[in-house]
Amino acid sequence: MPTPVIEVSGLTKSYGSHHVLKGVSFEVPPGQIFAMLGPNGAGKTTTISILTTLLRPDSGTVRVADTDVLAEPKQTRGSISLTGQFASVDAFQTGRENLAMMCRLAHLSRRQAVQRSAELLDQFGLTDAANRRVAQYSGGMRRRLDLAISLIAKPPVVFLDEPTTGLDPRSRVQLWSVVRDLAAEGTTIVLTTQYLDEADQLADRIAVLDDGAIVAEGTTAELKSRISGQHVEFTFDDARSFELARSLTTPSSENAELFMLSLAAPAPMREIQSMLALATENGFAVSDVSIVKPTLDDVFLALTEQSPLELVTAWAPSPALAPPDRRRSPI
Amino acid sequence: MGAITSSGAPRQAPIADIAAMVAREARRTLRSVDGLVSAFAIPVAIMLVFVVVFGGAIETDGQYIDYVVPGILVLCLGFGSASTATSVAQDMTSGTIDRFKTLPIFGASVLYGHVIASVLRNLAACIPVLGVALLLGFRPHADLAGWVFAIVFATLIIVAFTWLSCVAGLVLSVDAANSITFIFLFLPYVSSGFVGTDTMPVWLQGFANAQPFTPVIETLRDLLGGVAPGAELWQACAWLVGILVASVIGSMLLYRRTVAK
Repeated sequence: MPTPVIEVSGLTKSYGSHHVLKGVSFEVPPGQIFAMLGPNGAGKTTTISILTTLLRPDSGTVRVADTDVLAEPKQTRGSISLTGQFASVDAFQTGRENLAMMCRLAHLSRRQAVQRSAELLDQFGLTDAANRRVAQYSGGMRRRLDLAISLIAKPPVVFLDEPTTGLDPRSRVQLWSVVRDLAAEGTTIVLTTQYLDEADQLADRIAVLDDGAIVAEGTTAELKSRISGQHVEFTFDDARSFELARSLTTPSSENAELFMLSLAAPAPMREIQSMLALATENGFAVSDVSIVKPTLDDVFLALTEQSPLELVTAWAPSPALAPPDRRRSPI
Repeated sequence: MGAITSSGAPRQAPIADIAAMVAREARRTLRSVDGLVSAFAIPVAIMLVFVVVFGGAIETDGQYIDYVVPGILVLCLGFGSASTATSVAQDMTSGTIDRFKTLPIFGASVLYGHVIASVLRNLAACIPVLGVALLLGFRPHADLAGWVFAIVFATLIIVAFTWLSCVAGLVLSVDAANSITFIFLFLPYVSSGFVGTDTMPVWLQGFANAQPFTPVIETLRDLLGGVAPGAELWQACAWLVGILVASVIGSMLLYRRTVAK
């Protein structure tokens, strides 16, 4: 494994008796997208604030891009950019002016500032809106401008704190593709999100944060493999078919009212074939089949042992296209 | 593009950083109806109210307009400086401060930008106020040196009040920061700015004579009237420098510690 770009070890932070971080440690190799996933108050933003020199931890060590964040924050600032939860662009300036100002603050010459602003406006599809004031921009355009600003100095490490909160589904997908392109060019990205599908879509590795500690870390696949695997759900025509099928198989769960049986199925197609064979042999009818793959929702539920009711209150509704329930592939 | 790829210790360019921030603040003022109204229209309106509406009813020795204009100018400078609190609070809530703080720029450039922009904005706002005053019959007797001192003194007033507003903007919400404008709008009334303090109830006289607006307004009145200011100059400077030093220290500490609200 290459030398990590980010090394975080034993971070703690308390406000009085409230322990916001209780020993957070992780590493991010170069060019990866690392997602911190967790509900509000889990400590995501606090961690980002520490990594971006805004906040000092009570204990722990942080290295970002070969700099010691706590000892030499100015050096760190030369290698990072932060896009916070709010689009921090000035509504009273045009998109081009916002970019040019930030170029000047990144110490580009006037000529370079004009050139780099034009490049970024183009890259983020904002050229047509460049001379309009940001007050007239949509939420998605503001976020894109905000992200463009954070890339002015081509920082090797980019921090995105809830980059798509409040965006419509189309803008989210656009922003995701920008983030993927960045990572493809070698930028290391740390993002926080409350949306499971966002982490699932974007991240190479995911750390699940709950109550100030990382409760799980790994690739999406690794996390999903930690809980029960795929299932096949069969629905039957009537009670007789349902009872017959139930007596002939070993379902992991069942719903007698809906005539549904759920079977653990590492190889779902084989399971479906054998069920259909049973149906033919014994003369009962299957009316519907679906393969149910575990989602990060299931992982999160399992890891944090939150009741569904708590989840509803702790998690903002996902604006994603996909509904937040289990992902089904119809057959 | 290699030249602009960031690496290693960042280069420092304090003047360019602050200039960018001043330009930002200038746009903020010039592009909002709100900003223009509060910077330029309200001071002139206050001027008209006191001279045209109240002026006839208030008895003083000689011309009331010559008496009241310095008070109105100081009130406008304070009111104009206080709007910085709202701008700073907006930067705090919008996360802009976090963005600036994670840039390898010169320290609190954004605050210096706010202060310099405030000086320019408020000195500019004095021009229409003085213009209207002259049209209404204001006759200052200051010589060139008097005007130079008056401008330097006005700048000290703006700088001190603006830094104080920065402290307010760093700790308060946007709404609360907005409301400190009223302190600057009302405190001058309880000073010698509009009527002599000896006409006030005795219990109020003590406060009116002791509060900073009285020596500050008296000093500006003397400077514009072509009279050498006396002890009130030193009282005024002590107040303003005291406020300035305390506010700069406070702002720096707060800026370093605060993360966006």
